[in-house]
This record gives sequence, structure tokens and C-alpha cells, in this order.
Amino acid sequence: MNTEINGARIYWQSDFSLPLFGQISITETMVNAWIVMAIILFLCIFFTRNLQKIPKGKQALIEKAIVMIDGLVEQNMGPGCQSYAPYVMTLMLSSILGSLVSLIGLRSVTADLNTTLGWAVMTFVMIMYANIRYKGLGGYLKGFLEPIFVMAPLNVVSEIATPVSMSFRHFGNIAGGMVISTLLLGALAALSTALHLPLPIFQIGIPGVLSLYFDLFSGCIQAFIFSMLTMVYVGSARQA
Amino acid sequence: MDPKAFVAGMSALGAGLAMIAGLGPGIGEGYVAGQACSAIARQPESQSDVTRTMIMGIAMAESTGIYALVIALILIFANPLVNMYK
Repeated sequence: MNTEINGARIYWQSDFSLPLFGQISITETMVNAWIVMAIILFLCIFFTRNLQKIPKGKQALIEKAIVMIDGLVEQNMGPGCQSYAPYVMTLMLSSILGSLVSLIGLRSVTADLNTTLGWAVMTFVMIMYANIRYKGLGGYLKGFLEPIFVMAPLNVVSEIATPVSMSFRHFGNIAGGMVISTLLLGALAALSTALHLPLPIFQIGIPGVLSLYFDLFSGCIQAFIFSMLTMVYVGSARQA
Repeated sequence: MDPKAFVAGMSALGAGLAMIAGLGPGIGEGYVAGQACSAIARQPESQSDVTRTMIMGIAMAESTGIYALVIALILIFANPLVNMYK
């Protein structure tokens, strides 16, 4: 048996090519991201049907979640930052669902650098906006010369490294988990074949335990970390 | 020797060597978790704060290991050097 590990499959590719973008293609990641979006949209509609003044049932559940996110944002970014809570919750939800979509056999949305780099660039723009708004353009540019002016190139590099490290961290964790799971599944199948077992016993329990760590735990923790880093970076840009 | 095979074999070696970088995050994360344990033992009421900060710190420390993993994956699955020799 041979194990195959591929990038996201390309379902459709346009014949024409646009300037700057090249050929437009629809990949597996995009289709799975649409599925995740549909799930999130369904959840939003489901949880906000006939809201009552006194919450109970599903409304109590979602209010608890919203209050928790609001508290997290306020704790990490300081008071008066409630307007960032929807963005943080969107990041967190789409990251969790995008990673957990692998549990139903689809390819993880976040196991593609394009997805995480897109989110990280979005966060980077927010950081730059907060910097320029609260320090002024001059103050922001002056910050690059901070200890002494010789450090300017290093400061620029470390500024650009923020989105790169954020996206690579999330991508590497999920994609690495996927590669390790696939390799182990292939190795277990080869072991079963080599021992001439009537049933593939080795493939029954072990991949499930591994998937518990790599899919569930890793996916949730990386979503938390990604939104946490977003809050910390934007918050520190606001405060300075 | 076929230069392409040589490059491919050396890339596989390089991917394995790149994962030696896993040492650093391992030591760092273990140290962080140990410190968090002693902090919680001293002040059990601060457990949630300590745990959150610990997870953040672990994630930051892990990034170097993940860079190494990405480099190893690039060397194996998307090697830019293999096509240098036709």
C-alpha cells in the first residue's frame, strides 16, 4: 500500500488569467471553507431565533459564550475595546470549525497556508491601523528607530515577521498533524498486511487516539492562540 | 551518480536534520510547564490566569519547532532543489 499526501486539490481553473492574480482556481480548501461558512451562518441564525428578555435554553448558552469572549477581549486589550470582540469571535469560530472539519473526512481548511496567511494579513492590517491611529504616522515610523537608528532594518523585519510567524504556526501545526496521521495510518496498514492478519486490527483504535490530539486538541488550542495573539498585538498597538 | 537522486537523498537527510530543532521547544516548554506548576502550587487561586499565560508562552516557544517542521515538509513535499538538474 502506498501512502499519498497531497496539497489541496484544484477542482476548477480558469482559462483566462487576470493581471496580478494569475489564473483563478477553485480549490478543495475554498470549497471546505464555504461549507464552514454555511455552518457558521446556520449557527448564527439558529441561535438568534426569537430572542427573549429572560434567556433560557440555547439563548442562555450563546449569551454565556458571548459574555466570555467579551471578557477575554476586555481583559487582554483593556476597556473600551468591545468593538473587536466580533472579529475575535469570528476568527476563533472559523479557525475551530476549519480545523475540526477534518473529523468528518474533509481536508482541514487551516491545513493550507493561504487560509492562515489571509487571516494573519488581516490582523496585520489591523495592527498597522491601530498603530497609525494611536501614535500617528510619524510616531509609528519613529518607533522603528527605537533604541538607536541602526536597529531600523531589524525592526522592519520583526514587524513583517508577525503575520508570517502567526500564519506558519497555525498552518504548521494542523498540516503537520495531518501528515503524521496519514503516515501512521499507512504504517499501521503495512503492519497489518505484513503480519497477514485477517482483520486490520492495528488500524482500529490507535489513529483515533492520535486524532484526538492532532485534530481536536491542536485545532482548538491553535484557534485560541491565533485569536489571543491578535488581541495582544492589536491591544499593545493601541496602548502604546 | 544520478544528480537528481543525490539531491533527493540529501534533501531527505536535511529534512531529518531540520527536526533536531525540536530539542529547543521541548526543553523550553517543559521548563514553562514546571514553572507554572510551582506557581499554581504556591497560589492555587491564580490557576486560570497561570494556565492561560502558560499556554500562550508554550505556543510562542513552539513556533521555532514549527518553523523547522515547515522546512522539513518543504524539503520533502515541495522541494525547490530537485528540478535544478534536468
